[in-house]
Amino acid sequence: MTHIRTFLKKYGWGYAFVLPSLLTFALFTLFPVVWSFVISFQKYSLVRGGTWVTPIYANYTQAFTMLNGIFVTSIRNTIFYTVFTVTANIFFGLVLASLIQPLGNRLRTFFRAAYYLPAVTSALIIGLTWAYIYNAQWGFATYLTRALGLPPIRWLSDPDIALSSITLSAVLTLPATAIVLFSAAMGSIPQEYYEAAELDGANPIQRWWHITVPLLKSTTLYLTVLYTIASFEVFERIYIMVPSGVGNSTQTIVTQIYNNGFKEFDFGIASAQAFVLFAMIAALAILQFRVLRSDVEY
Amino acid sequence: MTTEANIFPKSEAIAMRPRRFTFDGWQIVAWIVLIVTTVIALFPMYWLFANAFTPILSTPPLTPIIVPAFKLDNFERLLVNNKFYLNWMFNSLLVAFVITAFHVVFDTMAGYAFAKKQFPGRNLLFILVLSTLMIPIHVTFIPLYIINRQLGLIDSLWALILPGTAWVFGIFLMRQYIQTLPSELIDAARIDGASEFGVFRHVIFPLARPAVAALAIFTFVRSWNDFLWPVIALNKPQNYTLTVGVANLQGEFMTDWGIIFSGAALAALPMIVFFLLFQKYFLEGVRMGALKG
Repeated sequence: MTHIRTFLKKYGWGYAFVLPSLLTFALFTLFPVVWSFVISFQKYSLVRGGTWVTPIYANYTQAFTMLNGIFVTSIRNTIFYTVFTVTANIFFGLVLASLIQPLGNRLRTFFRAAYYLPAVTSALIIGLTWAYIYNAQWGFATYLTRALGLPPIRWLSDPDIALSSITLSAVLTLPATAIVLFSAAMGSIPQEYYEAAELDGANPIQRWWHITVPLLKSTTLYLTVLYTIASFEVFERIYIMVPSGVGNSTQTIVTQIYNNGFKEFDFGIASAQAFVLFAMIAALAILQFRVLRSDVEY
Repeated sequence: MTTEANIFPKSEAIAMRPRRFTFDGWQIVAWIVLIVTTVIALFPMYWLFANAFTPILSTPPLTPIIVPAFKLDNFERLLVNNKFYLNWMFNSLLVAFVITAFHVVFDTMAGYAFAKKQFPGRNLLFILVLSTLMIPIHVTFIPLYIINRQLGLIDSLWALILPGTAWVFGIFLMRQYIQTLPSELIDAARIDGASEFGVFRHVIFPLARPAVAALAIFTFVRSWNDFLWPVIALNKPQNYTLTVGVANLQGEFMTDWGIIFSGAALAALPMIVFFLLFQKYFLEGVRMGALKG
């Protein structure tokens, strides 16, 4: 008894302080993750509960083979979207942050804010706006092609084009976080490096490429992981731009999870696919850490 | 370096001048890139608002509206024809407010304990929390749906609020920040006779205010903009949050684009105003959120 009392007296407050947050975390994140993993090996009915499937990994094989391998197509679409979006985000982030760096404090703040402004709007509304920009009749993009005398492009209804249109809309939604973080990181690079390089006769482009870019490696790594995860989880933009999909051409991993889970109510398959997504994200993050790991300290 | 600059300030100024001069060409290119990209960044939102503020009764004109008419006709029709729009806004506000309040108080407490208190299992618990940061939230949706259904909470705001309190980013953010605060302040307050909770309330919380502001802003914006879970958890139109409601406007008012534009613009407006008011805290928060442990 006295043991417990001294233990509580010494550590009780520590536990009390973490309890509320960790309780909701355990109930609404940790427990669901574990249960979802269980369901991924089950056939789950809302009335009768879960029963194990045979063989035990059947949901995983079925996830890939069902409907002529639509899940494989959706993975391929997701990778297409991710490669272009992440590359563009890092590129634009680096270039635009570099361009605002030499400006005065006020102008720099202005541009950071201007680039960041759209990021406070939900992905859904950004996607909705782009759906209208691509409207086949009165959309701004349609107007542009007409004004330039180009043949009409079926931005969101042509299966060969729809995914590219959606990706383009993501590329042109400039990377607010990257600009802010790169800009902050550039501010902390010691000025002496540039002065030394200048004495050695390096021009601004050389200085940028040989000093700025390498020293931003850890920020680049962080942002690459961040944007890769976000792009892999793309959903809102697609849900709102092509509500019923354009054949299979606009299916992504999360639209598949959503369809199987909450339209077909096949919880086993949807859970299996969610864990495939998890595994892919984890593998990619580890890979990116390996490739881009920063050994530069300053 | 600095002393040298102080001794020869003039010579340095002279040395700078020719460099600026030779790169004028570059500067013009840089300005063009900056202006074009700013237009690209802001254009979609601008276009949405330009359409929302121009009376459109059915189909928008084929020549895009670039200069709005600054009329509120669309908004009027939106609020008259859609009796739930204000409910959606209220629901979004309520959910975001409750979730934010929870995180501001309890994540700061947890962050404090993880940063400054000793107790068995502390590091293990923190690593457990940290390791779930990368798990896609979609993994949790199916069990969350089953749980909420069994509790009879589907189609109520509780179905959004309860899972919303489980976001762990705040615990991580607050721990990182509070770790940088000097422990001497805590010891001093204790010697002055402050209770455990008093230390938190009067020392830690006020000192952590910049991080608290960042946490509050991010939690609020995240909740306000959340879509996928709400669209799963809510069924009846009166229970929707704004994002879900706006996504459904298109099906409901197919022929009245003015209503759809104004509905989307009005949903985006509060966060834009919020950002313009607290810009500094937003951008500071982005930086803080990226702190690495």
